[in-house]
Amino acid sequence: MAVIEIKNVAKRFGDYQALHDINLTIDDQEFMVLLGASGCGKSTLLRIICGLETASEGEVWIGGKRVDHLPPKDRGISMVFQNYAVFPHLTVFENIGFGLRMQKLPNDQVKRRVERTAGLMHIDQLLKRYSGELSGGQRQRVAVARALAMEPDVILMDEPLSNLDALLRMEMRAELKGVLAESNTTAIYVTHDQVEAMSMADRISVMHEGKIVQAASPIEVYRDPAAEFVAGFIGNPPMNFLPATPAGAAGQWSVAGQTLHGPNAGKDLKFAIRPEDLTLADQGFQARAKVVEPLGAHLLVTCEVEGHQFRAILDSETQVRMGDTLTLAPQDGRGRWFDPATTLAVS
Amino acid sequence: MNPRLLPYVLILPVTLFLCLFFLYPFVLVAQQAFSDGSGFTLDNFRDVTSHWKFPISLKNTFLLALAVVPIQLALSLLMATMVNRMKRGRDLILYIWTIPLGISDLAAGIIWLAIFEQSGFLNSMMGGLGLIDSPTNFLSYQSPMMVFVAIMLAEVWRATAIMLVILVAGIGLIPKEYYEAGEVFGATAWQRFLKITLPMLRPSLQTALVLRVILAFEVFAVVQALGGTLFPVLMGETYEYQFTLLNAGAAAAIALIILGISIAFTLIIMRALRVPKGATI
Amino acid sequence: MTAETTDVAEVGANTRKAGQYVYIAAVVLLCAWVIVPLYFLLINTLSSPEAVNSYPKPFIPEFDLGSLTFFANFAGILTALKNSILVAALTMVMSIAIGAPAGYALSRFEFRGKELFRLLILLTRAFPLPLLALPLAVMFIRVGIDDTIFGLALVHTTLAIPFAVLITFSLFSGIPIELEEAAWTLGCNRLTAFQKVILPLVLPGITASAIFAFVISWNEVFAAAVLTIENRTLTAFLLQNLDTSPLHLKFAGGFILVVPALIFIFAVRKYLFAMWGIANR
Repeated sequence: MAVIEIKNVAKRFGDYQALHDINLTIDDQEFMVLLGASGCGKSTLLRIICGLETASEGEVWIGGKRVDHLPPKDRGISMVFQNYAVFPHLTVFENIGFGLRMQKLPNDQVKRRVERTAGLMHIDQLLKRYSGELSGGQRQRVAVARALAMEPDVILMDEPLSNLDALLRMEMRAELKGVLAESNTTAIYVTHDQVEAMSMADRISVMHEGKIVQAASPIEVYRDPAAEFVAGFIGNPPMNFLPATPAGAAGQWSVAGQTLHGPNAGKDLKFAIRPEDLTLADQGFQARAKVVEPLGAHLLVTCEVEGHQFRAILDSETQVRMGDTLTLAPQDGRGRWFDPATTLAVS
Repeated sequence: MNPRLLPYVLILPVTLFLCLFFLYPFVLVAQQAFSDGSGFTLDNFRDVTSHWKFPISLKNTFLLALAVVPIQLALSLLMATMVNRMKRGRDLILYIWTIPLGISDLAAGIIWLAIFEQSGFLNSMMGGLGLIDSPTNFLSYQSPMMVFVAIMLAEVWRATAIMLVILVAGIGLIPKEYYEAGEVFGATAWQRFLKITLPMLRPSLQTALVLRVILAFEVFAVVQALGGTLFPVLMGETYEYQFTLLNAGAAAAIALIILGISIAFTLIIMRALRVPKGATI
Repeated sequence: MTAETTDVAEVGANTRKAGQYVYIAAVVLLCAWVIVPLYFLLINTLSSPEAVNSYPKPFIPEFDLGSLTFFANFAGILTALKNSILVAALTMVMSIAIGAPAGYALSRFEFRGKELFRLLILLTRAFPLPLLALPLAVMFIRVGIDDTIFGLALVHTTLAIPFAVLITFSLFSGIPIELEEAAWTLGCNRLTAFQKVILPLVLPGITASAIFAFVISWNEVFAAAVLTIENRTLTAFLLQNLDTSPLHLKFAGGFILVVPALIFIFAVRKYLFAMWGIANR
């Protein structure tokens, strides 16, 4: 149980600035996901919190104690690695009990805690096996059990599900969420998979080029992206953008031939709308369908509006063919506005 | 301990050791070669190179390297590709083929002596087949060609394994997909070898050749065992000067000459087989 | 049409079959190329001195221990054998003790001067190292370790260290750093993580490279001959007496030199390729 505070953390590798002035507070028992494309600095930040990497500047506090000068073992954390890092020379039992043995806990206590966490992760049948005799999913479970057995204040996870196949990943995602919720630990979870982030997180920190662009609840990140990057990153497919010019009266904007109501601003903006927030209507954007992809649950149509790529998610029954012109209207209240100069949201 | 210092602490012993027993003696050799006790001189080199045996031993060393290394290269490439497509018995065959790796040059010389000496197995075989009436002495000054061939065979026998190991390891690093792609695009087995294996094997070829060529110029004990003084080579001359003639300066001078040749060939091989940046697997 | 295709298929199958036979024949031939000379040495070793010097040679050993007994009773040879083992053992211990930490540092740390250090290691491979025995002979006299087991072991360690560093480097590199990091997050410091996780995993590989160092020393001829006079190693002893010693002594000696090699290659066969594969880079 611990609050994590990251204060002005920066990291340079030679000339390359991997992290710029990161400030982030993670509440006690919160599930925080660091989300971003590869190379955005999310793993580096996690490794700095863990103590595997030293920050060039700034401080890391865990549970009211400054830890950035401490080795990983003294930070009250434990970690789940992307490639599981299950020790090949030890049995599953000894793997899960490894940290407890290092703490010199008596045998019976080790046994009890190993068996409990193994039961939690449904691997109590595998305790005598070696890592080479396990499947990827089982190794994953061992890695999580090993971290949980430490009963840490904070559990750190670096893309723990990315090596699993899609079905298994979905299953583990739900299971992990449940287990962590019960364990009362603070969790930081790094991933590039936004579905994982959305489904698991209490709060998501979207990272881009070494900065945290937005840290908010999943639904807020989705509905009210704080910056153009977030809008263009989150969602599958992400938001559509169209240029908007003031249309005379205050708060009136001209967007691809349509007049829409928006914020008060004296300069050109960008209008953004999610593909699923578009409906076929009598009046709206004139979109020429270029690619039609029936995805079962719905129909994804990639169109062109005044030369801009524009995607719409429509009902799967809709009859659309390549080359058709659709009239797409944005749902009320779902449009968002960004300032092209700062790339930040305007409201 | 400060983690920044740790790597230096770890490499310190090796560094000290190599400075003391590698760099420092190297300086001493150079000093010895370039001085006659009073100051800088090239006399040692002049003495050594003007000796009647020098051109012969230089020529012998080069001829031997020239004869041995290409054969070994071809042989080891052949063996490596053969092993690569082997399904059953791969481990056993590899074990047999790499046996000479652990055998010293002296032992190799003695092994081939058993074959080539006057009462040896070659004579016994030829006698048994009725090809000759009485055993001939192959390893005498009357048949310099035979001496050369015997030394050559012993060298090929002994030191192909080291190249084989490096090349087998190198071939193992080439992903199978490249061969499959080559096959899909219609390359024959030979073309696949030329266009995929050889270029991708370049780093391994480089290592193998450098190592082998350097060892070829250091050839000594095999020659001593088989040819003795019949076939003077540079390293043997160094030994001669040091022990028989007790001329340390001259020995050092030859040592430096061998070193110069080795470095020159290393640079040539590295340049000829260099891998463009970013073109590695 | 149908007949034609079967014909073509048949021809194809025949060529493939023929190719298969050529391939198998080549493998067998190459195995024979390695084994037969060794077999000849074995015949000579297991024959009486008289048979060794007779003509024509038998092609089956007579299983007479005469030559080996002669070898064992030859003055000084058992001491030489003991010296060889001692030097090799010392070399083995020193090269791993000094080399392995550097191999670990190379595989785990980025530090200033790393490239320079690698260059120093690689440089030693491009040098005819035994030549350094010449100035070291002088240096050893000065510090009073001339003609000693320890002195020679120092030189052999210089020979073995580059291999020890590169091999251990590749061994450590083969262990994912995450395993070590995981240990750190589970309550280990660097030392305990090394003990509990890294060491058990690399130990077999370290043993293999230790054996490799042993054999490098065991086989080395030139430096041993230069640096020892009274305390000759087996190789130096045999080299010294090449001109004068009888054939059966040479062959028995050669055989004793070869035996550890066979065991060595067998013991490390699993690691040979992995070691060289990465040591290539």
